Amino acid sequence: MFSPFMINAWEACTIIAIVAGVVGFFTVLRGSAFAAHALPNGAFAGAAAASLIGANAILGLGVFSLLGAFAIANLSRRARHDVATALAIVAMLGLGSLFLSMTTEYAPEIYSLLFGEVLGIGTNELLPAALIGAVCIAAILFLYRPLMLSSITPDTAEARGIKSHRMELAFLIVIALATTMAVPVVGTLLIFSLLISPAAAARSFTNKPATAMGLSVAFALGMVWLAIALSYTTNLPIGFYVGVLGAVTYAVGRGRAGWRPNRTVSPNQSEPTAPVDALIGPSR
Amino acid sequence: MMLLSISSSVFEPGFFSSAPVHVALIVGAVVSVVSGVVGTFTVVRGQSFAGHSLADIGTAGGSAAYLIGITPLYGFLAMNLMAAGVMELIGIRRPRGRDLATGIVLGAALGLAALFLYLDTTSSSTTGATVNVLFGSIFTLPPGMVPVIAVLSLVAVGFMLVLYRPLILSSLSPDLAAARGVSVRPIGIGFLVALAIAVSLSAITIGAILSTALLIGPAAIALRLTKRTGHAIVTAAIVGIAATWLGILLAYDSYYWMPSNRAWPVSFIVVTLIFVFYLVVDLAVGRRARPRRSPMVPETG
Repeated sequence: MFSPFMINAWEACTIIAIVAGVVGFFTVLRGSAFAAHALPNGAFAGAAAASLIGANAILGLGVFSLLGAFAIANLSRRARHDVATALAIVAMLGLGSLFLSMTTEYAPEIYSLLFGEVLGIGTNELLPAALIGAVCIAAILFLYRPLMLSSITPDTAEARGIKSHRMELAFLIVIALATTMAVPVVGTLLIFSLLISPAAAARSFTNKPATAMGLSVAFALGMVWLAIALSYTTNLPIGFYVGVLGAVTYAVGRGRAGWRPNRTVSPNQSEPTAPVDALIGPSR
Repeated sequence: MMLLSISSSVFEPGFFSSAPVHVALIVGAVVSVVSGVVGTFTVVRGQSFAGHSLADIGTAGGSAAYLIGITPLYGFLAMNLMAAGVMELIGIRRPRGRDLATGIVLGAALGLAALFLYLDTTSSSTTGATVNVLFGSIFTLPPGMVPVIAVLSLVAVGFMLVLYRPLILSSLSPDLAAARGVSVRPIGIGFLVALAIAVSLSAITIGAILSTALLIGPAAIALRLTKRTGHAIVTAAIVGIAATWLGILLAYDSYYWMPSNRAWPVSFIVVTLIFVFYLVVDLAVGRRARPRRSPMVPETG
């Protein structure tokens, strides 16, 4: 399980889990689950395009997920956010089906793009993943306060001069970058599970943002490591384990939240309850 | 004479005599109508994510059906009804928890899809299963499916007709509906069932991509053009049928566009038509647009 050809898998998945835990915290806080599904899914078209013209898959994924981020941010300025996201994702998937019809890609390769291919990670893929991951985390740290404020109380944020559509675009770009990094390893469909489930479970355990973010990273790491180990021993796809473990993690979180009698259970009430100023500091 | 030559260049030879085209036109229209009716409410209720997710979730059922050798449609249907139940159970009612509940179910279902598709591709030589289930094609539909599709469409539309009035009220203003004694939760569950049936139907016939496009696109266009729910439903159905039929025609013709003689995928053409139409309507109506919404789902209550 820890033989040399598996080391890359462990390292890559660890990087992805850390980034997914951090980015996922805000994804859940902002209710951006749909975007977190749409961007990786739409980026699939980019991978298909890259394979069509013989470019690097990372390049295709990056270009298309960024395009998707801009499309969602722009469309949603004049329509409901979920409608804008749905339109953006179908447009990108439509392009993907066109590119696919032009290539002679084999079904197994499409499958690995969708559901991930952990075993095939080369050492040369680790550096880009680590770099993009570092950029994502740096961006989240840099945006931490305004992003937190605009996620929790958009009106207060606007009053303090934080444009919520700009925050939205910035955050979508971060998701797009995380997507670009993670898709070649865990696939377009399962980066989504890593973004949502650990962060959702973490919020059931604590109201403190920093603790929740830490827990979210811890859960993501646990999920991914267990998934690799199980996938290795049972010889079944890692995507299956990531998906199912995600649901289990969330269920544990919900169970835990329901078990504590003096707390409300519903996820929409588990916003951090600390006063906004304590959370983000005094206005500048 | 000129008309004839125009028509023969618009409708490439064999368009009207091809059996797959007939089936595609009929099924496309039926699915467009169902999607228009259900989609309008999906957009009004802010459940686009659920609508899209069900198409993806159904693939887990579809791939399981391949595995045990039953018709994929029943796999889609069973999986989607189950998923709709779980979503409801873990909290699709609350506006903020909704996306999360949908996302958790979607993640779990995609995991299952990963397993079933893997087993599909390893247990049999039908490597096409992945692509078939995920992307589908309206041209590869067996004619024998048409009656089943018609019946299920009637069930979904029937559901919507029965729920129509209370659904409008509870979609536009849940609080007012509750105050008037409408049981908002059962209505929501009923709608979710109709959505699950409609999406299974469209995902299996025209593919998961087109399913979302037809569910959300025409309804979003219609709701930019009119505020009346009834008018929006009719408009959405007409837009859907127009986009599908035009798409089928263009996809058929596209066989002759390129020297390679390979048809463009009908999904791509229909999606592009809908998307472009949406942008045009958005630009045309945009100036007198309603107040901009904040990017977050607004809290109700």
